[in-house]
Amino acid sequence: MEYQEIVEEAFATLSLNKLRTGLAMLGIIIGIGSVIALMALGQGSQKAVANQIQSLGANLLTISPASQRGGFVQGGAGSASTLTYADALAIENSSEIVNVERVSPEFSRRAQVTTGGKNTNTQIAGVTPNYSVVRKVEVSAGNFITDRDVSSQTKVAVLGPQVVSDLFGDNATPIGQSIRIQGQSFRVVGVTVSKGGSGFQNQDDVIYIPLTTAQKSLFGSTSLSSISVEAKSEDVMVAAQDEIGYLLLSRHKLSDPAISLIVGGIGIMNIMLVTVTERTREIGLRKALGAKKAVIITQFLVEAIILTLVGGLVGMVLGIGASYIIAKIISLPFAISLISIVLAVTVSGGIGIAFGFYPAKKASNLQPIEALRYE
Amino acid sequence: MIQVKNVSKIYETGEVETKALDNVSFNINDGEFVAIMGPSGSGKSTLMHILGALDTPTSGTYILDGKKLENLNDDELADIRNRKIGFIFQAFNLLPRTTALKNVMIPMMYAGVPKKERLKVAQKYLEMVGLSDRMLHTSNQLSGGQQQRVAIARALVLSPSIILADEPTGNIASTQAEEIMAIFQKLNKKGHTILMITHEPDIAEHAKRIIHLRDGKLVEDGNGHKQKIAAVKSKVI
Repeated sequence: MEYQEIVEEAFATLSLNKLRTGLAMLGIIIGIGSVIALMALGQGSQKAVANQIQSLGANLLTISPASQRGGFVQGGAGSASTLTYADALAIENSSEIVNVERVSPEFSRRAQVTTGGKNTNTQIAGVTPNYSVVRKVEVSAGNFITDRDVSSQTKVAVLGPQVVSDLFGDNATPIGQSIRIQGQSFRVVGVTVSKGGSGFQNQDDVIYIPLTTAQKSLFGSTSLSSISVEAKSEDVMVAAQDEIGYLLLSRHKLSDPAISLIVGGIGIMNIMLVTVTERTREIGLRKALGAKKAVIITQFLVEAIILTLVGGLVGMVLGIGASYIIAKIISLPFAISLISIVLAVTVSGGIGIAFGFYPAKKASNLQPIEALRYE
Repeated sequence: MIQVKNVSKIYETGEVETKALDNVSFNINDGEFVAIMGPSGSGKSTLMHILGALDTPTSGTYILDGKKLENLNDDELADIRNRKIGFIFQAFNLLPRTTALKNVMIPMMYAGVPKKERLKVAQKYLEMVGLSDRMLHTSNQLSGGQQQRVAIARALVLSPSIILADEPTGNIASTQAEEIMAIFQKLNKKGHTILMITHEPDIAEHAKRIIHLRDGKLVEDGNGHKQKIAAVKSKVI
């Protein structure tokens, strides 16, 4: 039997069983479509992270995770939009980032602080030495957090002037004294110069401690609340923003889509397996009428390829369309990358072909009468 | 020539062992017309499936035209099923939602017959079984008798030397049954070997030899006409 005729036979069988073909194709369309849509939305939400890169000064950018804004897509597998120290290091060290001068990761949370008889509730900022340069914080007495403090998780604190007056009284110099943050003792090593401000944005009402101490000893968290970045100059701000956005996008890509890929794959697998009984009988009959194993296997392989190709194409178009519409509705940036499409089509398509083909191969190994009687 | 030597077929379902065929031996020469009879569960269909190379015996040997089937590979068996044997199933086994014409052409497709010729031959055999006006009907649009006749046409298109029919008249009216027997007679005269399962004595009468099975064992093998007379006599008495 010629190959051309096997292909014709595959087409004929597919068009004869419109319901079955339609269902199988629907499975693949939904599989591939949903994977693409989910990946696109996932990337959209990550792009929202990147889009929160705000300009705070002439050459200052801050990156904060979208989840803190209560974004829509964060729901389940939220880790996609979590910033980590590794992200900060990547921005600092990546060879693709050329327009960034300094990076300052930060983990902040409010906590109760006590000393002697007094106590206050204030912002605790876990920072690295870069913070003082990037955010232009100067000390009026003592010194700021050092690299050594960060690397060895020392329990030292630099106090804002407001905190000093809250805890020690106006114009006190508390260097060398100790304070308790959430019950843990810290030694005061510096006091910052007053910058003004009020309420939660009051930059004087803050205690700086080493980033590592804040994350590990005090709050037990691995994420960051923000990353501040100093661009090399005002002129390259936009370029720096793009570089960082792209880097974070690629760093956070694979967690959500892996789940959607599996979900889509299971859907495809199911619909292909559902038709096994009917197809096994057909294989038994074709064998009984003299079909050789190779001919049967080729026909079924061609059928599976046609199904996944057509279904994959339709699923791709629908997935891109759906994610565009959803992104518009929930006002998320529309971001779709070639790699997500390629990944969705190859993985889902591969599953479709494998599970269309594998049962056929198995059935073709049965005695014809066993396959004919298959239930 | 068909040679069956000590063939047994045992089905195991869990702990229970069923002997569908128990040490059956017989020979069938080319050009014979044999009826296989026996109560249901006697192993007729199992024997037929083994003879049709659709199933393999648990033990024993089946030699077809000098070749031991157990020694053949999958493709060689496919060729035998395709060209040497025409199998007519009790349940017809037509491809669903497929026209009568296409169903009849399938064996020729696997035999590599050119497309144009396939169409001509399929039409010829469908005419022969009286379905010239039903060729483009799909299998589910045909009555049981019509489906049976499509199945017969399909079994004949490659002019196989052996025709195996599992209750070919079981699902059709008696007038049509006679037509089908006439076709079998004609084919047998042309030299085709015919084996058919039936439990109707009238149909078995067309055969020159009847093999009786009971509980998987061959209990009687002989001249059909004499047996028929014996059966009638026993009824009279």
